[in-house]
Amino acid sequence: MIGRLVVASLTGHRARTLLAVAGVAVSAALLLDMVMLSSGMRESFRSLLTSRGFDLRVAPKGTLPFDTEATIADATAAMAALRESPDIVAVAPVLGGTIHLPRAGGAAVSSVALGVDPRVQGDYVLLGGREPRDDEMVANDALLAAAARQVGDTLTIAGGYDPQLRRFLAPRVVRISGRVRFVYLARDQRAAAMPLAALQALGGPTRRDRVSLMMIRARPGADIEQVRAWIARRLPKVTAISTATAIAQVEERLSYFRQLAFILGSVSLAVGVLLVGTLVTVSVNERIGEFAVLRAIGIARRTITAQIMIEGAALMFAGAFLGLALGLVTARYLNTILASFPGLPQSIDFFLFQPRAAWTALGLLAAAGVAAGAWPAWRGASLPIARVLREEAA
Amino acid sequence: MSEPVLRLDSVERSYHMGSEEVRAVRGVSLEIGAGEYVAIVGPSGCGKSTLLNLLGAIDRPDRGHVYLDGRDVGALGDGEATALRLRRIGFVFQRFHLLAALSARENVELPMSEAGVGRTERAARARELLAYVGLAAREKHRPPQLSGGEQQRVAIARALANRPALVLADEPTGELDARTGSEIAALFRRLNDDGTTLVVVTHDEDLASAAKRTIHMRDGLVVRDELAASVAAAQR
Repeated sequence: MIGRLVVASLTGHRARTLLAVAGVAVSAALLLDMVMLSSGMRESFRSLLTSRGFDLRVAPKGTLPFDTEATIADATAAMAALRESPDIVAVAPVLGGTIHLPRAGGAAVSSVALGVDPRVQGDYVLLGGREPRDDEMVANDALLAAAARQVGDTLTIAGGYDPQLRRFLAPRVVRISGRVRFVYLARDQRAAAMPLAALQALGGPTRRDRVSLMMIRARPGADIEQVRAWIARRLPKVTAISTATAIAQVEERLSYFRQLAFILGSVSLAVGVLLVGTLVTVSVNERIGEFAVLRAIGIARRTITAQIMIEGAALMFAGAFLGLALGLVTARYLNTILASFPGLPQSIDFFLFQPRAAWTALGLLAAAGVAAGAWPAWRGASLPIARVLREEAA
Repeated sequence: MSEPVLRLDSVERSYHMGSEEVRAVRGVSLEIGAGEYVAIVGPSGCGKSTLLNLLGAIDRPDRGHVYLDGRDVGALGDGEATALRLRRIGFVFQRFHLLAALSARENVELPMSEAGVGRTERAARARELLAYVGLAAREKHRPPQLSGGEQQRVAIARALANRPALVLADEPTGELDARTGSEIAALFRRLNDDGTTLVVVTHDEDLASAAKRTIHMRDGLVVRDELAASVAAAQR
């Protein structure tokens, strides 16, 4: 019968109920988005860093991977040294650089270029064709479109440009062997990858036997911290950073987002509580006489309390479910806008839907709904019956 | 007189209206036996409704005692008083006070639901009671779809839902026209003839004349307590 009374009360004032549900839905959507934002980038970075199965990244001493132009010298010897460890099963060198694609008329297309060991690389996913051999490279869609080439075509690339002589340095012809998606680069960023030696040669003497980064895959079950410490001892001129440490650093840098999300989420929750609390209070005030009569005919306080609190919780739940749907739609839209921020890896999501986040938001809203109905419920159940009946009769 | 269902012992009750203290009931003592039909009459403001609230355990006396079935109502906690009202007392109000969103049958079922009566049993009893008050065909109608007299009949059926020892009615014909008021008076007579103990506060002479005993109040005091002539003659 309580359920019937709750439904009757809520459907008795349809416009008010719909407005309340809509208000809670907006509040819930914002709350969900904030919960998704607070964990989305962290999870997204975690997924990005762990997706290719590398456990450590080795960069020049005191730098983070690709944070500066610095490179590691004597790369061949360094890689050989790393392979001495029984805990290291793969070393993937990466050299970052820029290549130019001269075009008729003097203009050129520039592109990011990565020198890699195609057998163990972790920077791209092959979408078509095959891994590059000598005098070959793979390219992403942005570069293929800019160069108007496709897999199988050849093109001229250069490692530099001399503005005095107005000519490209060390131009060479390469064949495009495959179409790829780069894991750590933005979708619209033109990029190519080729064997490490080829890019080192294009860079001239300053790039000879140098790499920007080495990604390390450890033996399954190996203690990553011990491997990191071993590298630090074996190669004093590099810094090894574990994926876990990298994630922790990312988390630290993202603390601003989490604080923002926490504050906005709290505000939205408070707005929801105030909205539902106000509407339930108004509803109780309108029905003071009804509650007095119910109490007079023997309806217990707990029944009336339950009825009012269920009304509040029902408004919250209805709004919350609507809000979850609304939150997912707005999160997707906002993600599209934020993902177009220049330089962001295309697999990074600002708003990542996780069932736990949805349950957290729902749980918070349910608790808020109960809290919002508590005071009006207490008031409705505790009124002085005789006085209210006397005033109603007057 | 039969075994008392209700006994009042020097009961007093005051309340405040703004800054003014109203001494609504000033030392009333009386007994009401099982099966009686009592009308409480008197001018407005003489304390009739306050007395009815005290009889029905809705209110507590400032002084004195109200005993229902031998239990001191004033000494009961809120939960016990609520349970007493639910199971032992039926209320009928001047303005009917039905829940507009529920059907006639659901309104009658409400006290039974609170008392833990099963769905099937309470639906059957609600139908029985609606038939008793002449509204068998109106069980699915909601209060706004019923006339004043019909709503009061539903309220009477609701008051009878948990088979109370006592039915209290506060101006039950106050909102009705004379003809409908007479119908309600007839229904009360039938209720009492069937064994229900009734206490009715009223200004309605027809309704009062149907009672077997009339208690006259003035300024918070019982000034006259008399049996109907027919009852007195029968007792002689």
